[in-house]
Amino acid sequence: MSEARGLKSWLTTTDHKRIGLLYFWTAFIFFLIGGVEALLIRAQLAQPNGHVVSAETYNQLFTMHGTTMVFLALMPLSASFFNYIVPLQIGARDVAFPRLNAFSYWVFLSGGLLLNASWVTGPLFHAGMLNVAPDGGWFGYANLTERQFSPGPNIDFWLLGLQVLGISSLAAGFNFIVTILNLRAPGMKMMRLPVFTWMTLVTQFLVITAFPVITVGLVFLMFDRFFGTHFYVHEAGATPLLWQHLFWLFGHPEVYILILPAMGIVSDVLPTFSRKPLFGYPVVVYSGILIGFMGWGVWSHHMFSVGLGPIADSVFAATTMLIAVPTGVKIFNWIATLWGGAIRGTTALHFAVGFIAMFVIGGLSGVTHASPPADLQQTDTYYVVAHIHYVLFGGTIFGLFAGIYYWWPKMTGRLLSERLGKWHFWLQFVGMNLAFFPMHFIGLLGMPRRIYTYGPDLGVSTLNLVSTVGAFLIAVSILVLVYNFVRTRRRGQRAPNDPWGGATLEWSIPSPPPVYNFSVIPTVANRLPRWRTEHHGPMTDPPALPPAPIHVPGGSWWPVVAALGLPVMALAPLTHTLWVAFLGAAVLLFGIYRWAFEPFEV
Amino acid sequence: MTHAGATTHHTSLGLDNRKMAFWAFIGSECLLFTSLISTYLVYKGRSVVGPYPHEILNIPFTSVSTFDLLMSSLMMVLALAAVQRGDMKWGKIWLFSTALLGLVFLGGQVIEFTEFVHQGLTIGTNLFGCTFFVLTGTHGAHVAVGVLWLLTLWVRALQGKLGPANAMTVEITGLYWHFVDVVWIIIFTVVYLIQ
Amino acid sequence: MPRIRLWLLTAALAISGCGGPFPQSTLHPRSDFARATDVLFTNIFWWAAAVFVVVELLLVVALVRFRHREGRPAPRPTHGHTLMEIAWTLAPAAILVFVAVPTVRTIFATAGEAPADAVKVDVIGHQWWWEFRYQELGLVTANELHVPLGRAVQLSITSADVIHSFWIPRLGGKRDAIPGHVTRIAFRPDQLGDYTGQCAEFCGVSHANMRLRVVVDSDSGFGRWATVQLAGPAAPAPGTLAERGKAVYARSACIGCHTIQGVSPGVIGPNLTHVGTRTTIASGLFPNDSAYLARWIADAPSLKPGSLMTRMQPPLTDADIAALVAYLESLK
Repeated sequence: MSEARGLKSWLTTTDHKRIGLLYFWTAFIFFLIGGVEALLIRAQLAQPNGHVVSAETYNQLFTMHGTTMVFLALMPLSASFFNYIVPLQIGARDVAFPRLNAFSYWVFLSGGLLLNASWVTGPLFHAGMLNVAPDGGWFGYANLTERQFSPGPNIDFWLLGLQVLGISSLAAGFNFIVTILNLRAPGMKMMRLPVFTWMTLVTQFLVITAFPVITVGLVFLMFDRFFGTHFYVHEAGATPLLWQHLFWLFGHPEVYILILPAMGIVSDVLPTFSRKPLFGYPVVVYSGILIGFMGWGVWSHHMFSVGLGPIADSVFAATTMLIAVPTGVKIFNWIATLWGGAIRGTTALHFAVGFIAMFVIGGLSGVTHASPPADLQQTDTYYVVAHIHYVLFGGTIFGLFAGIYYWWPKMTGRLLSERLGKWHFWLQFVGMNLAFFPMHFIGLLGMPRRIYTYGPDLGVSTLNLVSTVGAFLIAVSILVLVYNFVRTRRRGQRAPNDPWGGATLEWSIPSPPPVYNFSVIPTVANRLPRWRTEHHGPMTDPPALPPAPIHVPGGSWWPVVAALGLPVMALAPLTHTLWVAFLGAAVLLFGIYRWAFEPFEV
Repeated sequence: MTHAGATTHHTSLGLDNRKMAFWAFIGSECLLFTSLISTYLVYKGRSVVGPYPHEILNIPFTSVSTFDLLMSSLMMVLALAAVQRGDMKWGKIWLFSTALLGLVFLGGQVIEFTEFVHQGLTIGTNLFGCTFFVLTGTHGAHVAVGVLWLLTLWVRALQGKLGPANAMTVEITGLYWHFVDVVWIIIFTVVYLIQ
Repeated sequence: MPRIRLWLLTAALAISGCGGPFPQSTLHPRSDFARATDVLFTNIFWWAAAVFVVVELLLVVALVRFRHREGRPAPRPTHGHTLMEIAWTLAPAAILVFVAVPTVRTIFATAGEAPADAVKVDVIGHQWWWEFRYQELGLVTANELHVPLGRAVQLSITSADVIHSFWIPRLGGKRDAIPGHVTRIAFRPDQLGDYTGQCAEFCGVSHANMRLRVVVDSDSGFGRWATVQLAGPAAPAPGTLAERGKAVYARSACIGCHTIQGVSPGVIGPNLTHVGTRTTIASGLFPNDSAYLARWIADAPSLKPGSLMTRMQPPLTDADIAALVAYLESLK
């Protein structure tokens, strides 16, 4: 951790480790908020004709739950590991553009705050209620989102918040691509990179290509709502389906953006705790790259009920089934890694194994979706809700939690309690399956999704109640995690450089690392530098102190100043004032100008 | 755009960090413009009311604008060459000329759009209006950013703070400017020439 | 095969304490379209179940057998095995072929075309009710679709406002109702009965309340129903409450939104000419009885948030509402 302390040091930090921690805590808090939204949803659905929340509030809850979890929790939690761990894994002192990195974080924070401000700013818009949160679903289908059918500011918050967040992700994307390609230590060839870094790289390419597409879609929606254009208005000759195509052209790569980093974490965690190399490293890497490319060819499988026609349906069915192959082979590679190993059941390993077990279920329900005629009964029902939660919760969240328990000692210098960790895991595992497995049945029994209530005659009341119990059990498990964080903060066992016997570079330096990371940049000779294998002995860890003083760039105010310009610009449409947009642009440009010409040595 | 010293770092692929980042940015921008151009093409011919493209687009006028932008790219090439060889007198002249021609292009857009509005085509009139103005407006905004960027470099040069040590900065500026030019060629072809 | 799974499912559900007929179950198909997709789903399901068992078993065996124990030799550092990797890439691909071929076949078989003698109905989704127009019969009704057993039905689906989705699970998969587009499904019901469904694309605040019913009647029963629907509205007997209700109707805002043949031409809300024949009101939400009718007329948005049928200003008196209810119930 760098020496400086205090608020200013955090506001001006350009250290990837600090930025990683900022991402982590901010994302974790948004994760808790998204979780509370989920609990309210489940409370409302625990019984038929429930009265916990109104219809409008319910619609806001599921919209914000999805938007928050995807954009404010899962992606930034992954980003916290990109930030903290990737430079360590490649043997670098920081990322390629430290100030751009800080900028990405502050823009993320402001986008998240903007989006959530809608929960309490109703009175400012004379809405007659406190909450004007987005209520069009996280997927915001046109033409429901047009001004005619959504007259209030709810959708405006949504599209402005997402555009701000998009800038954060894009900036980080450019940063990490250059970092991974260009800042590797001597000898760290591409095929020696840890799988987590590889998957991060693929993810960033997906980000920089997919986000522009949704940006365009959102710009069209914004122009329709504010400037009288007709991009999604059928009376003008347009079609609401344009939105669906643009959204899912982004949306499908987005789900791979959400899962690949977690797959990367699992691919690093399993070998460490099996004491065996990853089985089939090249294939795991290539399949990740292949998924990145193939992910562009499947988007209309989200649109099978739209009536694209039998030929289009068949093509997308085929491409969707094809992509199951590189996704599935990884599972076998992971099992083969465990097979023949000496498995130590740490909490990180539990979550990595949990990932595999749950992702298999989510992947298989995904295969049932790949068949359009079968999907016509599944789409838009709770069957899909089951699928997405098995892959995103059972998959991504379990993977990210494996990362937390694995890298927490490195990031904080303290070990989390393994005993509490096991409690967390089992409560979450049971809770998750209780919450989401019944949803397969609920959907097949005819309950659509995104409905604030249902009738007792459907016969899904008990299943819904079980699901609600499961959701609250998940909440309890998260409380255990929070307790673990709090308890070990000061009283946790201090972590050595390498508590687990890891193979990769991050374990060769202190926990937490000094501000310059490596006292001497290592020269890497193989893929498992810290292990002894039949081909080579373990590397010598860098010395405790650097031989000569190492220059570390100081902080900078300009990233946070420039970042502030963006939410200010976003306020202009919300307040229907043009000068606010110019003010925000001026702040942004001023910040960029000073940033550009500031003396800053990397 | 940092000062000398940051340019001499060793990199794994031998390519300057900023140049690599910029190519990644250009890749991303390609997706942005592809989405806009694709929407234009998908909605082509679907306007329910006029004015329609063939009634309004002035190809001779826009051809001159296009030529102007192409010439500005030439100015940019000359600017980079001058800065690289340390000839800051010509560096300043060519940088300013590039920005000037960019401004002329933007002026041409303003004249053209004003004329369209007079003829009854606004952004909300029909699908042609939406897609045309958002597409060319986005491109125009990119040109405007480029002009600001070039003028900033020109002012730095006037202050004696730009020289061959900053050649990478000017090279990246050139990459941006040429990209914006290429996008215009595509827009001009798709919107104006192929009707 | 399907019956075994059905019994297993019913048993599982019964154990979980919810027996019951499951009116919107996708696993109890009652038309050719629904059966075709059910056969396909069953096929894929069993492949998926087999893969699930194999993979999870391998995982569990690996975890148990290779747990770290003191004194065991260090693991052999295998980096890969090309032949195995090829095998476990080709095996899933092969399984997918068994999924893909029937999938494509079923796609083309259920592409929404129906024979020329099919009953053709235009379906128009509204926020938050369903309009049905039998073009060849010249019949207009709402929220309750009647079709004859054993004859093909072709639905041409669109929307008057936002995207909805037409879905009767027992009769087949769903199809979106998109403004500016016409989508189609076709099916041949093979069992008499009342089937429920609901909108399956989020369409605004009362999306949950946009339900519908399909009644599969015998051929002659359908003919009788159509004859009744095509006839003019029943005239209420003189001096009855229903006659007073008709007078209340004719002077109220109702006429601006609803059609009663010969009485009012409104098209914003459902056609009420034969509303007395429908088993439910408010797009399948409530039984069509006096109590619910009265509450609905008095304050529809309180029962269906966002409903465009706002409270009348000034509000109707209880007596007027009772008269209106009597009138509507008389419209058989």
